Amino acid sequence: MHDGPILQVENLRIEIPTRHRTLVAVDDVSFELARGEVLGVVGESGAGKSLTGAAIIGLLRPPGRIAGGRIWIDGKRVDNLSQAEMRKVRGRIAGAIFQDPMTSLNPLFTVGQQLVETIRTHLDMSRAEARARALSLLAEVGIPAPEQRLDQYPHQFSGGMRQRVVIALALCANPKLIIADEPTTALDVSIQAQIIALLKRLCHEHGTAVVLVTHDMGVIAETADRVAVMYTGRIAELGPVAEVVRAPRHPYTAGLMASIPAIGETRDRLYQIDGSMPRLTNIPQGCPFNPRCPAVFDRCRRERPETVDLGGHRVACWKHGEQEA
Amino acid sequence: MIRFIISRILQSIGVMLAVGLIAFALFTYVGDPVNNMLGPSASTDDRARLRTELGLDDPFLVQYARFIGRAVQGDFGLSYQYARPVIDIVAERLPATAELSLVAVFLALLVGIPMGIYAGIRPRSWLSKLFMSVSLIGVSLPTFFTGIVLIVLFAIVLRWLPPFGRGDVVMLGWWSTGLLSWSGLKSILLPSVTLSLFQMTLIMRLVRSEMLEIVRTDYIRFAQARGLTSRAIYFRHALKNTLVPVITITGLQMGSIIAFAVITETVFQWPGLGLLFIQALNFGDIPVMAAYLVFVSLMFVAINLFVDILYFVVDPRLRSGWT
Amino acid sequence: MTDQGLSRWAAFWNSDILYEFRRSPLAIVGFVVAGSLILSALLAPILAPYDPYDASGIDLMNGLIPPFWSDGGNMTFPLGTDNQGRDVFSGILYGLRLSLTISVSAVLLSALVGTALGLVAAWVGGWFDSAIMRLADIQLSFPAILIALLVDGVARNVLPQEQHASLAMPIVILAIAISGWVQYARTVRSIAMVEKGKDYVEAARLIGVNPVTIAMRHILPNATGSIFVLGTVHLAIAILTEATLSFLGLGMPPTEPSIGTLIRIGNDFLFSGEWWITILPGVTLALLVLSVNLLGDWLRDALNPQLR
Repeated sequence: MHDGPILQVENLRIEIPTRHRTLVAVDDVSFELARGEVLGVVGESGAGKSLTGAAIIGLLRPPGRIAGGRIWIDGKRVDNLSQAEMRKVRGRIAGAIFQDPMTSLNPLFTVGQQLVETIRTHLDMSRAEARARALSLLAEVGIPAPEQRLDQYPHQFSGGMRQRVVIALALCANPKLIIADEPTTALDVSIQAQIIALLKRLCHEHGTAVVLVTHDMGVIAETADRVAVMYTGRIAELGPVAEVVRAPRHPYTAGLMASIPAIGETRDRLYQIDGSMPRLTNIPQGCPFNPRCPAVFDRCRRERPETVDLGGHRVACWKHGEQEA
Repeated sequence: MIRFIISRILQSIGVMLAVGLIAFALFTYVGDPVNNMLGPSASTDDRARLRTELGLDDPFLVQYARFIGRAVQGDFGLSYQYARPVIDIVAERLPATAELSLVAVFLALLVGIPMGIYAGIRPRSWLSKLFMSVSLIGVSLPTFFTGIVLIVLFAIVLRWLPPFGRGDVVMLGWWSTGLLSWSGLKSILLPSVTLSLFQMTLIMRLVRSEMLEIVRTDYIRFAQARGLTSRAIYFRHALKNTLVPVITITGLQMGSIIAFAVITETVFQWPGLGLLFIQALNFGDIPVMAAYLVFVSLMFVAINLFVDILYFVVDPRLRSGWT
Repeated sequence: MTDQGLSRWAAFWNSDILYEFRRSPLAIVGFVVAGSLILSALLAPILAPYDPYDASGIDLMNGLIPPFWSDGGNMTFPLGTDNQGRDVFSGILYGLRLSLTISVSAVLLSALVGTALGLVAAWVGGWFDSAIMRLADIQLSFPAILIALLVDGVARNVLPQEQHASLAMPIVILAIAISGWVQYARTVRSIAMVEKGKDYVEAARLIGVNPVTIAMRHILPNATGSIFVLGTVHLAIAILTEATLSFLGLGMPPTEPSIGTLIRIGNDFLFSGEWWITILPGVTLALLVLSVNLLGDWLRDALNPQLR
């Protein structure tokens, strides 16, 4: 039994080879996650947040590949494991929840078949015991009348109910870590809050750590202990959620925060960051954010900023780098 | 569900009536049955009498209805070539074609599906690439040439297997089977391999492309994320989802197999319906041609109906949609 | 070559389609093999040492000579002779020419009819569209080879005996083409449906541009890639179908032998050991179809149009 952090990612680099060149989709990403902690990973689409999540559980889609760095789950190095060895980690130690509950479940098997199958893969249980556990899991994720629901097919469930089933499936073997990739994006707004609350409560009860990938800063503010803000495949800022929300250190995070209206606030216009995130094929020299940054200066256009640790709060920005230097 | 099946059955009957019309048109407008029966030297009176007896002067629809009525009872008249009832000849020839086709389909599925699964799961491995290359050769070889090459190799050079015929057959009631004697089994090997090769490669390519698609779906990814074994993922989850298109294609391929049986039977002098049909085409034996057409269409329609019903068994989404 | 010419050549060389081509050895092999077979078919009158249609040049004394590499073979008849003393090599060249003429004509005919029907179905819609598509469905459930057999067989029985030989080629072309239009019609229709809904087509329609002009200028160019891929795949099938018909004795007569007819003739000599009469034309046929299929596979991947 290892009692260090449940997840360590060190200098992770993900490349996607294309016909003309190799794109660096994630570069130099490092972070740790304590047991039971919830880390929010936020960023625009294409920022590399989902790829990072996929890399952790070894499900990067080819031709994407881990080109550098190391990953430990529960003290075990996993980035160099074979698929067969990684399979023993997945589900049991680390699970995952994906964006779209409509497509995450196999349409040709009942919910019960999929639950029992997953439980029996990981736990030494008879069919009857596994079925009993499946029932209690369904009840735990708040599905009414689980007895009847167990033998129904996924298409007979609504979107929110399906995502509850997906969560139950991820929790089958009580993993210590869950990668939740945009778990509420595909759902109705009214259901999103319920699912987030459920996820938060279950992980708290089971002591499960969560990497919550989303583009919704509101969800993160509500759920996460710490937050990592990603931009063009790199971590721009990482720190405790309260600090990052209240006093963002990176101009990009500041822009993100300013674009969220606070409750009770009335503004004529929401703030927006000029321009859009560059494509991976033409990331500008220096700091990738420099063309859009309101606080840009010369050095930002020349050199890529180093990550600076400001006491548990990391920022990759020359504004802070200079203070240290 | 029941409504769906009834509508499909009605559709099938529609198709059969259309095919019947073509067969009837063959009967009526191609060749002259009076000429065929009396010969060119018969007198005008005799001809007129026979025309009336045969009902050839009745209105078109009446004749068509009579044709359908007879066809439903299996009465297609006499073969010009054999001067025997067509239905008797068809019944004699049916077992040979049925056994050949079924063995070929069985071979095609038995070999094609596992190869397709493998090539779909490991698309980059050298074995998959080999399968793909071989399959391209498979679809490029004309069936008759495959048959010839196999005959040369196994019957003429190696002398392991007979080059033509069905071998010894055993009668089970009216059904003659070649599957119960050693020489019959040896005889069916080459023709059934020949017949199945093309379909085998098609099935393999289809299963592969379906597999490739399904392996990329979210539910397979989620199954992997749950740590299910590769066996469960590929052979339980993915395979069941590839089944729907495989069933369709296999159904369609059954039709194809019956059509290609014509060629295989000619190459191997296999005494089945296909050989009968080719002989009828060359001889101008219209009743046999019409009966073959109706019979083969009936098979196609029945297979399509069966395939539609199988969908319900496989896909629960359809089931609940119709109950 | 001028600089401009050079850069245009470079642009062509670096274009996606040629990039795919250069990267695919199988496509190159297919291109070379199919190209040389088609070229030698075109040049058959020049390349062939004998004229198989000229009965006076045949000497029965030269019958059943094996190919030059076997005992008893010589370079006068490089691939040997058949039972009547006809040169197998010349027969293959002329047979190839005939097979290709028939299958290319059949493909063009189906492509033309199918494209036109698909365009009209998409444009007119309503009962015409559903009738065409229903017909396509029904036809698709019957194998092409069976339809070809039937058409050919019926045509034979309807037409008087003496016209069989002279009409053999158009009959075979028709028999092959008749089942081919479905794929073209379906594909072109679905592409046309998409384009029809686009604003620029709508606009052209509103200002009263002639429908034929719209189809030619705006809709067809979007479908050419798909039509091309279908055509290549169809060509392979057409060559096979023609050979099959001829092999079954329903296609080209022995007086005008296509590749399939040659194989049929040679089949009778299989058991007496004269394998070359049937195997050599068979190998040529297989090579031709294989190389066309290689090209078709590659084209489908390279152009990647909406094809199932």
